[in-house]
Amino acid sequence: MSVAPPLLVVEGLTKSYGGIHAVRGVSFSLRAGEILALIGPNGAGKSTCFDMLNGQNRPDTGHVRLLGEDTTGKKPREIWRLGVGRTFQITATFATMTVRENVQVALISHGKQLFNLWGSTPSFDRGEAGRLLELVGMGGYADRPCGELAYGDLKRLELAVALANQPKLLLMDEPTAGMAPRERVDLMRLTAQIAREKSIGVLFTEHDMDVVFEHADRIIVLNRGTLIAEGSPAEVRGNPQVQAVYLGEGLVYDSRHREGAPA
Amino acid sequence: MAFYVVQFLTGLASAASLFLVASGLSIIFGVTRIVNFAHGAFYMIGAYVAFTLTERFSGTFGFWGSIVAAALAVALIGVIVEMVLLRRIYHAPELFQLLATFGLTLMVEDLVVLIWGPDDLVGRRAPGFKGAVDFFGQNIPSYDLFLIVLGPVVLGILWLLFQRTRWGVLVRAATQDRDMVAALGVNQKWLFTSVFAVGVFLAALGGALQIPRDAVHHAMDLRIIVEVFVVVVIGGLGSIIGAFVAAVLVSELNAFGILIFPKISIILVFLVMAVVLIVRPWGLFGRPEAPARKTPGLTVNPWRPLTSNERLAALAALVIAATLPLFAGNYALTVGSEIAIFVIFAVSLHFLMAVGGLASFGHAAYFGLGAYGVAFLAKMAGLPMIVCLLLGPLLGCMGAAVFGFFAVQLSGVYFAMLTLAFAQIVWSIAFQWVSVTGGDNGILGVWPEKWAASPSHFYWLALGVAALVTVALRLAVFSPFGYGLRATRDSALRSEAIGVNVKRMQWTAFVIAGTTAGIGGALFAYLKGSVFPDNLGISLSVDALVMVLLGGVETVSGGVIGAIVYKALNIWLVSQTDLSKLVLGGFIVLIVVVFPKGIVGMLEMLAQRRKSTSPPGGTLLAKPIESAE
Repeated sequence: MSVAPPLLVVEGLTKSYGGIHAVRGVSFSLRAGEILALIGPNGAGKSTCFDMLNGQNRPDTGHVRLLGEDTTGKKPREIWRLGVGRTFQITATFATMTVRENVQVALISHGKQLFNLWGSTPSFDRGEAGRLLELVGMGGYADRPCGELAYGDLKRLELAVALANQPKLLLMDEPTAGMAPRERVDLMRLTAQIAREKSIGVLFTEHDMDVVFEHADRIIVLNRGTLIAEGSPAEVRGNPQVQAVYLGEGLVYDSRHREGAPA
Repeated sequence: MAFYVVQFLTGLASAASLFLVASGLSIIFGVTRIVNFAHGAFYMIGAYVAFTLTERFSGTFGFWGSIVAAALAVALIGVIVEMVLLRRIYHAPELFQLLATFGLTLMVEDLVVLIWGPDDLVGRRAPGFKGAVDFFGQNIPSYDLFLIVLGPVVLGILWLLFQRTRWGVLVRAATQDRDMVAALGVNQKWLFTSVFAVGVFLAALGGALQIPRDAVHHAMDLRIIVEVFVVVVIGGLGSIIGAFVAAVLVSELNAFGILIFPKISIILVFLVMAVVLIVRPWGLFGRPEAPARKTPGLTVNPWRPLTSNERLAALAALVIAATLPLFAGNYALTVGSEIAIFVIFAVSLHFLMAVGGLASFGHAAYFGLGAYGVAFLAKMAGLPMIVCLLLGPLLGCMGAAVFGFFAVQLSGVYFAMLTLAFAQIVWSIAFQWVSVTGGDNGILGVWPEKWAASPSHFYWLALGVAALVTVALRLAVFSPFGYGLRATRDSALRSEAIGVNVKRMQWTAFVIAGTTAGIGGALFAYLKGSVFPDNLGISLSVDALVMVLLGGVETVSGGVIGAIVYKALNIWLVSQTDLSKLVLGGFIVLIVVVFPKGIVGMLEMLAQRRKSTSPPGGTLLAKPIESAE
C-alpha cells in the first residue's frame, strides 16, 4: 500500500473526570483504507477516546483533525457531514421502519432533503438503498420490519446505514459485541472487504482478540488512559508491555488455579 | 420596605402547600415513573374532607386531628387507586399513565360537586393561629408564620425518612434502578403502594392545610397541578430539595409578580422557567432521565401509504359526508361542522404525537390562539373573513414557534408537563388581560360572512378544509421530512449520528402541528361566533389527546377516526347527562386499560389476523439466514 495522506490525526487528547485521568495525551493517525484497532483492558479509556472522536464527548485538551479540518468539540451530526459513518456498541436503529426505510432515512439526510415536505419517501433513493443493503448481504430483508431482525442482522443494517453518506472514515464501537463467533468473523470480513474496495479508513474498538489480530492492519493499545503500544498485529503481540497488561495478572491467576484445581 | 417584607413572607407561606404537593409528586415519580396527574385531585379531596371534618370536630384537638385524619383518609383512597388502576398500567407508555390519571381527575371533579355542591366553601380559622402579627404597621396572619415554619420541618422529616429508615433506603434504591431492586427480592408491589400512599398523603395534607387561607372549590385541582408541574420542572423531577427550592421561588415570583405585572403576573414565572430550562434542562436539582428499559417484543407494523382502493374508499367517504346538507337539518350540520373542525385539531396533534413521538398536553393553546387570531383580525382590524381565516392561524404558528422552541429541549414526561404549563400560561393571559382579550367574557360577534353563513355552506367549508389538512399532513407523514421525524422518535442517538438535527426537526413539527391546530381554531371561532379562554383550556387539550389515543397513536389514520367517534359520542353524552366529566373520565381510564391500541389499531390487528394463517415471526425463522459474502 502506498503512503496516503493521513485521514484522521489525533494529537494529545486528554480528558479527566474529577481527579481521574481517563485519557492522557493520546496521539495517533489513520490513513485512508487502513483498518486500525483500538484495544485495551476495561477502564483503559477506549470509550472515552472513541467518544471524543465522534463528537459525543469534548476533550479537555488536544485536537482531532479529519481531512485537515479541526473537528475537536464538533457535534456528532457535524462530524457525520464531513464523511464519518459510525456503528454503535448496542445497535441503534429505527425500530418502527422497514430495513430499507432505515437506509433511506440516512440517504435523505445525506441528500439534505430532511426538510422536504412534499416528496414521497417510499420511492426516495430506493435503488441506492437496495444497493447498500445488497452490499452488506441484507438485500433479501429490505421489506422486513426492522424490529423483527436478529441481532447479527441489525449489526449489518447499521453498517449499511453507516455507509450511506459514502464515508471516508468508519468508527465502529465494539462492532461484534453480542454476536455469535461465526457472525463476528463474517461481519469483520465484510467490513474489511468494503473498506479496502472503497478505500475507507476504519477505526474500531474490540475485546475479541481473534477479531483484532485477524483483521486489523495496525493496533494501538491503551492502558490507564495512555497509549502504551502501537504497531502491526505481530509487533503488538510480541510487545512485553502489552503482554503484561493483558496477560500478566492472568498468568498468576492461571497458575494458582492449576495448582489448586482438581482437574 | 415593611410592605415588601410582608409580601415576601406571604410568598413563603404559599410555598408550604406547593412544596408538600410537589414533593409528593416527585417521590411518586421517582419510584413508579408515573407522573401522577391526579395529584391535584388528591390535593382537592384533602381540602374537602378536611373541611367536612373540621366543621364537625371543633377545638384545637378537633381541628388539627381533622387535618391529619383527612390526609390519612385520602392516602387510603390513594392506596385503593394504586392497587386497582395503577398496577395495571406501570408498564404502559408514560403518555397512557398521564392520561389515565387525568381521567381520574375528571371523575373526581364531578364527584366532588356531587358530594359537596358547586359553591365555594369557606373553612374555619386554625385554633391558636387566628390573629395577625403586627410588623411595622403591616399585618401578617399568624397562620402564615406557622406555614413558613412548617415547610422546612416537613423537608427535614422527609430527609430523615429517606436517609435513616430501611424503607427510605429502598425508595432511594428504587429511584435509581427499580428493576435492580426487584431483582434483589424486594416486594415491589408493596413498595410502590406505600410510596404512592406517602405521596398522596403529602398532597392531601397540602390541601387540608389550605382551608384556613383559601376557599375550597372544585377547580382547585387544575390550578395547583399546573403550578406543581412548573415547580418540578424548575426544581427537577425526583428531587425533594429541588421541589422545596422551586416552590419558594415560584411562590415569591407570584407574590412579587403581582406588583410588577399586575395583569399578567404569570409571565414572570414563565420567564424564569424558560431560563432554567435553557441553562439546566433537567431542573435545578434534577438529573437527566435515564432511558427506561425497552419492553421486548414490541413491534409496530411499518406504515405504508394508502393503496389505490383505500384511496377510493376515503374519497367515497368524503363524497358521502359532503351530501349531508341534502338530508340533514341545521343542528346536524352544526354538529357536522364541529366534528370536521375537531378532525383538523386531532390530526394536527396526531402528527406531533404519532410521527414525532411528542405528546403535547397543551395542544389547545394553538387551537385557541388561532381562534383569538381570527377574533382580533375580524373585530379590531375589521378584515374580511377569508383574510382572517388565512392570517388568524398565524397566531397559533407564532405561539407554537416560541413555546415549541423551549418544549423540544426536553422529552418524555418533561415535554408533556412543559406543554401543559405553556398552555395554562396562554390561558391565564387570555383570562387576565381583560382589556385585550375581554377576559372571561371573551370576544363576541365573530360571525362568518354571507357566503359562508348558512349551516350548509359553513359545513362544506369546514369539511373541505378538514379534508385538505388531512391530506396535506398525510403527505407530510410519507415525505422525507416525515421519515426524518419518525427517525428522531425511534432513536435520537442514531438520528444525530446520521446528521439529523433532532431538535430542529421536532421544532418544525411542533410549528406545523401548532399552525394546523390554529386553522381548526380559526374555523371554530366562526362556527361559534365567539372566542373564550376555554378555547385554549386544559380540557380541550385533553379532548385532543383522547381523540388521538382512541383512534390509535401507532397508526396513520388514528386522528381522523378518533375525532369523529369521540366528538360524536361527546356531543351526544353532554346532551344526555349532567355528569359528563365523570363518564368521560371513566371512558378515558377504560381506553387506557382495555384498548391501548385504539380503534384503528384494533381494526388493523383483526385484519392481519384474518389475512395471515401463521404468525409474522414464523416466516422469519423458517427462512435460511443468508450469508454475508
